Amino acid sequence: MIDFEKFRLKNGLKVIVHKDTSTPIVAINILYNVGARDEDPDKTGFAHLFEHLMFGGSINIPKYDTPLENAGGENNAFTNNDITNYYLTIPRQNLELGFWLESDRMLNLAFSEKSLDVQRNVVVEEFRQSYLNQPYGDVWLLLRPMAYKVHPYMWSTIGKEISHIENASMKDVKAFYQKYYNPNNAIFTVAGNVETDEIKRLAEKWFGPIASGPEISRSLPVEPEQDEARSLKVSRDVPFDGIYKAYHMCSRNDDKYHTMDLISDILSNGDSSRLFTRLVKEQKLFSDIQAYISGDIDNGLFIFTGKLIKGVSMEQAENALNNEIQGIKEQMVSTEELDKVKNKIESTLEFSEMSVLNKAMNLSYSELLGDANLVNLEKEKYAAVTKQGIKETAEKVFRNNNCSTLYYFAN
Amino acid sequence: MKLSRHKQPEIELVTGITPVNPEKVLLDNGIPVYLIDTSDQDLVKVEFLFRAGRWFEDKILTADFTNKMLTEGTESLSSKEIADKVDYYGAHLETSADKDMGYVTLYTLNKHLEHTLPVLADVIMNPVFPEMDLDILKQNRKQNFLVNDEKVRYMAKRKFSGLIFGKDHPYGKTFEKEDFDNIQQKDLVEFHHNLYTSKNCKIIASGKIKSDLVQQLNKMLSGFNGKKVEFEFPDYSINTNGQDRKNKIRKKSAVQSAIRIGRALFNKNHPDYAKLKILNMVLGGYFGSRLMTNIREDKGYTYGIGSAIVSLQQSGYFFIASEVGSDVTNDALKEIYYEINVLQQDLIPEEELDLVKNYTLGSLLRSLDGPFAMSDNFKSLLEYGLDFSYLQSFVETIKSVTAEELRELAQKYLETNKLSELTVGD
Repeated sequence: MIDFEKFRLKNGLKVIVHKDTSTPIVAINILYNVGARDEDPDKTGFAHLFEHLMFGGSINIPKYDTPLENAGGENNAFTNNDITNYYLTIPRQNLELGFWLESDRMLNLAFSEKSLDVQRNVVVEEFRQSYLNQPYGDVWLLLRPMAYKVHPYMWSTIGKEISHIENASMKDVKAFYQKYYNPNNAIFTVAGNVETDEIKRLAEKWFGPIASGPEISRSLPVEPEQDEARSLKVSRDVPFDGIYKAYHMCSRNDDKYHTMDLISDILSNGDSSRLFTRLVKEQKLFSDIQAYISGDIDNGLFIFTGKLIKGVSMEQAENALNNEIQGIKEQMVSTEELDKVKNKIESTLEFSEMSVLNKAMNLSYSELLGDANLVNLEKEKYAAVTKQGIKETAEKVFRNNNCSTLYYFAN
Repeated sequence: MKLSRHKQPEIELVTGITPVNPEKVLLDNGIPVYLIDTSDQDLVKVEFLFRAGRWFEDKILTADFTNKMLTEGTESLSSKEIADKVDYYGAHLETSADKDMGYVTLYTLNKHLEHTLPVLADVIMNPVFPEMDLDILKQNRKQNFLVNDEKVRYMAKRKFSGLIFGKDHPYGKTFEKEDFDNIQQKDLVEFHHNLYTSKNCKIIASGKIKSDLVQQLNKMLSGFNGKKVEFEFPDYSINTNGQDRKNKIRKKSAVQSAIRIGRALFNKNHPDYAKLKILNMVLGGYFGSRLMTNIREDKGYTYGIGSAIVSLQQSGYFFIASEVGSDVTNDALKEIYYEINVLQQDLIPEEELDLVKNYTLGSLLRSLDGPFAMSDNFKSLLEYGLDFSYLQSFVETIKSVTAEELRELAQKYLETNKLSELTVGD
């Protein structure tokens, strides 16, 4: 259970406060409600490139990192298809420095040409390091456009291609900032040994004077129901064949989300899971096989990824995997199996509450989903999943016509 | 009053840390248990430490496979039954081995401890290393290895130890794909028999410690014995000659090259170790370091570059690592040596040194935040015969070290012709 208080400034900034007296560190998380899904299809990779630029200096602070490091603090950020999330941890006594740093880069960035030039290069190197110079690194670049035909989840956070990053102009960058980096589009969470009154005062002081931006209404194209099985075969210089399957599933706020998550746990969480015990240990067809959900806010994907044992044919491997998928549609899971994955979730949630940073992130994200308190309801929602629900949901999702398969052959 | 944003709010520096050493309890059979009891959450991490790392193996990969196979079957439980039990109670049972040590760690909610702790004890005391499970693990590990070795970074890391320690040194051995086939059940049985013993074991428990935890451990481990291990630590010579210091491995059509530069040094018991940590911080130890600032933030050659000082039981090393665009590999190398050179020539400006000191103290505070962080920190001291009082003296060293001393250390330890260099790429 994470206790919190929340309030909203006049300019629309949402602020959440969680008190934890057990630590000398305070965590600050600021979530901007913008991700790769908000990008123009011809200018992808922008939200993520922008995250890099947020460290290139703001209007009154030439270098974001220097004062923070001097105060014994540390920070980082990530971007995904839905959000851009910045966070820092700092010794409690230097709390106000975090407000100063984050409010200044929300107020205005320095926008230097040099910073843009360099960060374009850095992100191009990130693209190469993570997607091109890795075996199987391009899987997501291939799978996404197969599964999504109209929704912007069709491209990865890094972008469709390197040229989109190389072509990003200062004009584009400024427009993006003015549209999205405003108090009314952000959720600011503080977790640590703090009082709400103090946070109120500091928030008013540093963020209060920042003007709100335009209200953003997001109207993304809805991905139509898939009505034919899709597949793609590629050959690459990798040591072993791989198989990837993506089924469309519900959104993060849907009733069935927790059911789908538990299905992925039954299939692949831990060494007692079905895919590991049957396909890796008993049948020896895969060296590694996983099932997981993408966890996106809009309708997401249920994904299988497997690497085949040398000498096993793609057909044999796929049949075995399909058998397991068939199994969860046709037979009711046992009480023991369902209890197991519920116990596991309970434990995972409990362990996740050990760090103030984790708690701050979860509160921000839950607030974005509709209410910070959702984080405290997760346990009940998982507990409410039934065997019947699992079977029905699996039947609905695991249909051939709802699936994109990538056959990844070793040269 | 108008808010003046260009003026930074006052900060108060981290001046010291006061970690309390864990309570030490001896089990009936002499195993020391260190208790870190600071959690609000009703859960616990119980970690077993054995001197059973790669240093002690005769045949390459034995330490890793012995450790990994502990959870693959005991006299009374099959691998499937172990997994079922651990998963059913929502626990995590992790095993890992490094150059010096083998670890077995249980994460569990306290309410399930009575079911999960016996499994932990069982896999440590009574593993049987079933042939069938071993064959599967060999096959899968070999495949994973072959996939990883396609990555320039992985290959560079794997080959680099051989360069700085020499291929015959226990820390310099490099495994190849054939080594996976050579592992046999009897190797693991023997390695386990000799090294996973009560006399070679320490336990760290952290989280919320139940009052009967020690009693339960005593009960579970009452049959855990074994002979005292006599360790030999011969003085291996370390290869540090400068003649073949530059090495290249060709990986065709790689769009990035992995770079590693470094040398063997010493461990945290050496008087220069703590000061070198500061020198390393300046060079490549944090985001604002000179290597990051120059090679990423100014030139844009890389997504990341860093350096580290690593402590080992019988030695230690310093290294720089990065992946850079293939077309700028040489430019990046030139800049790396430039930065080393500047550290040898010029004094670190006061402002920068103060920042590094403040940042390091902040990191130290974070490394003690929460029971698991404390447990990891304590673990990194225990095998060197140290405890948290070492951190107090580390803090004093951080505060007192001067720019002059650091320049001397750069001249003494970062001499270019003593550094091995490896690039993997096209």
